[in-house]
Amino acid sequence: MSALKLNDITCTFLSRDDPSARYTAVRNASIAVEEGEFVSVVGPTGCGKSTLLNVAAGLLQPSSGECLVFGEPLAGINTRAGYLFQSESLMPWRRTLDNVIAGLQFRGVPKEEAVPRGEEWLARVGLAGFGHRYPHQLSGGQRKRVALAQCLILDPKIILMDEPFSALDVQTRQLMENELLELWAADRKSVLFITHDLEEAIALSDRVIVLSAGPETHPIGEFPIDLPRPRDVSEVRLTPRFLELHEKIWHAMKEEVLKGYKQQLKA
Amino acid sequence: MWKRLKPNRKNLRIYQVLIVVLLLAFWYLGTNPNLPAIYFDDSNKAPFFFGEPQKVLSRLWDWFYGGEIYAHLWVTLVETMLAFAIGTVAGLAIGLWLGLAPAWADVFDPFIKGANAMPRVILAPIFMVWFGLGVGSKVALGFTLVFFIVFFNVYQGVREVSPVVLANARMLGANNRQLLRSVYLPSAMSWVFASLHNAVGLAFVGAVVGEYLGSASGVGYLIHQAEGVFDINTVFAGIILLTIFAIVLDWIVGMIEKRLMVWQPRAGETERM
Repeated sequence: MSALKLNDITCTFLSRDDPSARYTAVRNASIAVEEGEFVSVVGPTGCGKSTLLNVAAGLLQPSSGECLVFGEPLAGINTRAGYLFQSESLMPWRRTLDNVIAGLQFRGVPKEEAVPRGEEWLARVGLAGFGHRYPHQLSGGQRKRVALAQCLILDPKIILMDEPFSALDVQTRQLMENELLELWAADRKSVLFITHDLEEAIALSDRVIVLSAGPETHPIGEFPIDLPRPRDVSEVRLTPRFLELHEKIWHAMKEEVLKGYKQQLKA
Repeated sequence: MWKRLKPNRKNLRIYQVLIVVLLLAFWYLGTNPNLPAIYFDDSNKAPFFFGEPQKVLSRLWDWFYGGEIYAHLWVTLVETMLAFAIGTVAGLAIGLWLGLAPAWADVFDPFIKGANAMPRVILAPIFMVWFGLGVGSKVALGFTLVFFIVFFNVYQGVREVSPVVLANARMLGANNRQLLRSVYLPSAMSWVFASLHNAVGLAFVGAVVGEYLGSASGVGYLIHQAEGVFDINTVFAGIILLTIFAIVLDWIVGMIEKRLMVWQPRAGETERM
């Protein structure tokens, strides 16, 4: 049984001002993530990757198709999933520690119990002693770590990631990717990772899914990544197998990327 | 030489004191009946129209020393605080409600715009008929001024909550009540505080204007009485007292804001270790 299964999803958006104007972001897309599997979805910019992720999170109702979580159809928010957003998602009025334990508090865990767990997670993402700071007093990379702790403290079975590291500089990004792999290896959650960066996708994943250019995005190829684990993201990029895989997937993607680029120019 | 005289952080206070002294000196020399008249044909006319600073100050001294002013100040303060508190709470509640229920916001939109466009000071006579000459009519007037400021800011604040922060809180398991408490309210509060400086000033305006138009106590009443007998010195003393009072109120709001809004980044703030 898959941890997460998107079955024949179609998402059509109506323009608020003009109900006759429709935009079908995703058409007949099916994606499955097995238990403990790290799956990346790559596609050209503006192809509706985030739309798929929001469907999986339960934040967006698909126009048709269904989302199965461990075999059960999803209704409302996906409570078994954690979501790492692309942009700033921390509550700026809460201190770091209060942000990390927010989910526990929403679930009614008493504060005496939540605080030590929050401190433990802050230490695990390398931010021990930063609990009293406000988000604006942290760097972009530190804020991403807080968001990671905030998500993982709830022990979700599925983690959905929407280009979480795209706003970081290259060095910080590779550090974070390694840390993510380490945390993931500790208890093998199912991950659906969205990115436009093919190298990142290959370095992290067990499987890479390539999407077509939008509108009416759908998967056009699936590539198992047989690189040995544990991996170091900066070193694995230099191995011959990595380059081989990169070339193969890029070959499949190239046309779609160009198509997506042209469409952006038109719009 | 000019380098030293140029205003900077160190001589800032000296300049400010100098300006006050110059103004007082100009006022004193211009209105002293024993000096030759500058503009008027009779040197007794200037003090009649503009008062005399030493008499204004001695008036203030008498008020505080004699204890006559405290009861009036207290009335004005109570009216201001009541209008401020009720207006803020009501603005917050209705702003939150309409911010979260856009359909109702559309329904009420023309009425709110109309009520806000209306010059509300002209409601004062009606409030006097409804609530009498006591505290009630002043609070009502102040309320109508405060409410809209806070309301519009909360409404805006709720609608400008970051959708990502909101989605994140929902993914973390927040139910609607928790979303209100943990996301909407704190986000709206930063807008509310931006409006509180205006709101407290307007609550004060409501109280004083209400007193001026009809009452039996309060600083506005004192000013009105003095004006009735052409006692310009007392009018000026009342104006100065109200100004100082408003500055103190604004300062208190600023202190509260500083304590509650620590999470907001300030321009040019460096990381505190």
